[in-house]
Amino acid sequence: MADASPPTRMMPRDALAARLWQAASGLLDRPMALVQRLVGGNRMAWIFLAPNIFFFGLFVFLPIGINIALSVTGGTNLFLGDRPHVGAAHYEALLDCRSYLEPGSCREDHFWKGVANTLKFTLFQMVAMVGTALVTALVLNRKIRGRGFFRAVYFFPVLLSPVVVALIWKWILQRDGLLNAAITTAGGQKILFFVDPGWAMFWAVFVSVWAHMGFYTLILLAGLQAIPADLYEAAEMDGTPPMRVLTRITLPLLWPNLLVVLVLVLIRAVQTFDEVFVLTGGGPGTATVMIVQYIYETAFANQVQNFGRAAAASMLLGGLLFALTMLQLWFARRKAA
Amino acid sequence: MNRRHWLAGALMAATLAATPAFAQTTLRMTWYSDGNEGEVMRDLLNRFEAGNPGIKVVLDTVPFKAINENLPVQLAAGQGPDMARIVDFGGLAKFALDLRPHLANAAYWEQNFGPFLEWMREPGNTTAIPGFMTQLTVTGPLVNKTLFEQAGVALPGPKATWEDWAKAAKAVADKTKAPYPVAFDRSGHRFYGLAVSQGSRMIAADGIPAPIDDGFKRAAQLISDWHKAGVMSKELWGSVSGTAYRGANEEFKNAQVPFYLSGSWQISQFDKTVGNAFDWIAAPTPCGPANCSGMPGGAGLIAIKATKHPAEVAKVMDYLASEPVLAEFYARTLFVPGHIGIAKKGVAYQGASPQAAAALKVFGDSVAALDPAAYRIQGNAYSRIVFNAAISRLGQSIAGEISLDEAYKRIESDVAQQVAERNKK
Repeated sequence: MADASPPTRMMPRDALAARLWQAASGLLDRPMALVQRLVGGNRMAWIFLAPNIFFFGLFVFLPIGINIALSVTGGTNLFLGDRPHVGAAHYEALLDCRSYLEPGSCREDHFWKGVANTLKFTLFQMVAMVGTALVTALVLNRKIRGRGFFRAVYFFPVLLSPVVVALIWKWILQRDGLLNAAITTAGGQKILFFVDPGWAMFWAVFVSVWAHMGFYTLILLAGLQAIPADLYEAAEMDGTPPMRVLTRITLPLLWPNLLVVLVLVLIRAVQTFDEVFVLTGGGPGTATVMIVQYIYETAFANQVQNFGRAAAASMLLGGLLFALTMLQLWFARRKAA
Repeated sequence: MNRRHWLAGALMAATLAATPAFAQTTLRMTWYSDGNEGEVMRDLLNRFEAGNPGIKVVLDTVPFKAINENLPVQLAAGQGPDMARIVDFGGLAKFALDLRPHLANAAYWEQNFGPFLEWMREPGNTTAIPGFMTQLTVTGPLVNKTLFEQAGVALPGPKATWEDWAKAAKAVADKTKAPYPVAFDRSGHRFYGLAVSQGSRMIAADGIPAPIDDGFKRAAQLISDWHKAGVMSKELWGSVSGTAYRGANEEFKNAQVPFYLSGSWQISQFDKTVGNAFDWIAAPTPCGPANCSGMPGGAGLIAIKATKHPAEVAKVMDYLASEPVLAEFYARTLFVPGHIGIAKKGVAYQGASPQAAAALKVFGDSVAALDPAAYRIQGNAYSRIVFNAAISRLGQSIAGEISLDEAYKRIESDVAQQVAERNKK
């Protein structure tokens, strides 16, 4: 066990706490020694990992297993024992398309519409989110007035529930909302944002960026503050232009943080559901239906709750996420090499 | 601690230990409310509990969406309440308890709820008594009379067609700048309120849905044309996706809708919320080439098969379905009665304004005009599958994503796929 002897000059209260800690840790020595004798020193790591593995298995691997089993069964019963085995029928139905680029040609057109919308949303949202978070972090990293206030302001929406965020923006954007009131006051015509597919997707991306940008800004800000100041001082003495400083010092040294942000933004964008569902309801038509909305509606909102089809779609979504993340990591490693 | 303290402690312990001997049976009732029916139900349950101290009923009020989406999952998992107020009778019939063996007088139930019991039974079952109707509803138009008067447009007469009403409502909206000349709730059930009058029959002889017929196509074409002509706004049917319900009651209350196709369940809330802001009336269902019928519907309270206390549940249900209690419930909630005896005698609605009373009379009269096909559609176990497929695909068509012909094909394949999935053993 580590030496926990108290420092020589210590306040009486600290000394008491240290002694108590020593006594408490001492209590564990004998049982741990016993366990180590029983299982052997090499297997001790498993003992420490066991609680985590148990909970991870219970809440992650077991649900994945149930999901896989559900995806090869049919009918409307909930329990696996009551559901007939249908093999790969759900996967076949989901993948049955004349052209994957044309969702209307697929048997499950809503699923493919969801895939197309999710990819579109992910692309726009990643560019907008990373770009905005980076610019904001760069600005907030400078010694500007009210820096603490602005950091809090940008982070505040992160604290709000996605449903609250969506409802606030819905209130702003609806026919008689704040934005249309401002437009008509300025002499313009009301815009029905949720009836036009382009506007609906734009606002879905905008609201998502507004709500989550603060979190990613914080990660990038932490990265920026870890860059040694003497590099900037050296660049300044050499008279390096600011753009060159950004591309040759800031961005390369920020790359590990940027990579974390990219992966997190990607995963979150592909999983998007609550905000967009409350804001646009997936409309107009199916213009903002995402994959997760398709899964939710297939499993719970439709009259016939098709858990098997929804589970199969979840597996495909998981596969897509895995592939995209691997691609991103491969790209990052290649860049680092 | 002296002897007296010990004695007091022992007495208290004995009292606590004896408590289970007097324990109440707690029943849970899942409920949703459009108006004041939750308060009225709680009041009636309080009276029941006072007369039956051994039974306590907890009223869990949930949003309407939870009744349609969460309750079926709960029931499929063998969980859920002892009783629930539902609207999807066909879909939830397999979870309903047959109260017959536990009822004091099953003949009373058959006599007064007979036609509606058929809606609640599983296909092939002709005897089960799963529950009773908390309200019978009828679809029909609610009209902002003040907007018509301001526009100087005459209200179409009792046998007016859908086209007559659409033309008049558009004229009113043009003059009064109302943004929604005609509004329909975004609901397949409301769409069938139009489709039945156009001759749609939905159900084939074998009881399996055959949704796309000439009547359906005529109704869909009308809806499509009205959207193109600006008679209906895309904001209701085109702005959301899938089967999402979108009502226009808020727009109607804000005097933005001259003609609103909804139903009798709106009377109570409009009576309270519109107040004197404007005059509104219920109009008879407009006529189509086939008839002047809307769609019946309603909500019912059913007992759940998984209950551990069927006898106690039956006692509560017997009390709530008894004629004086149910008559009071209908009278205080301004609901069209789903009890044949009470309907024949008439309901003395309490606290209804003259316009609410007049609207109730119009909807009551329109029950007589309901086409038998409308009852068959409503009672069919698969009707909600068709309603949802229709609203989802017509919504896409209105948003401009697919043509009407493509929508028809998709509705047929969606319905066939879901019917097959439900029947998979």
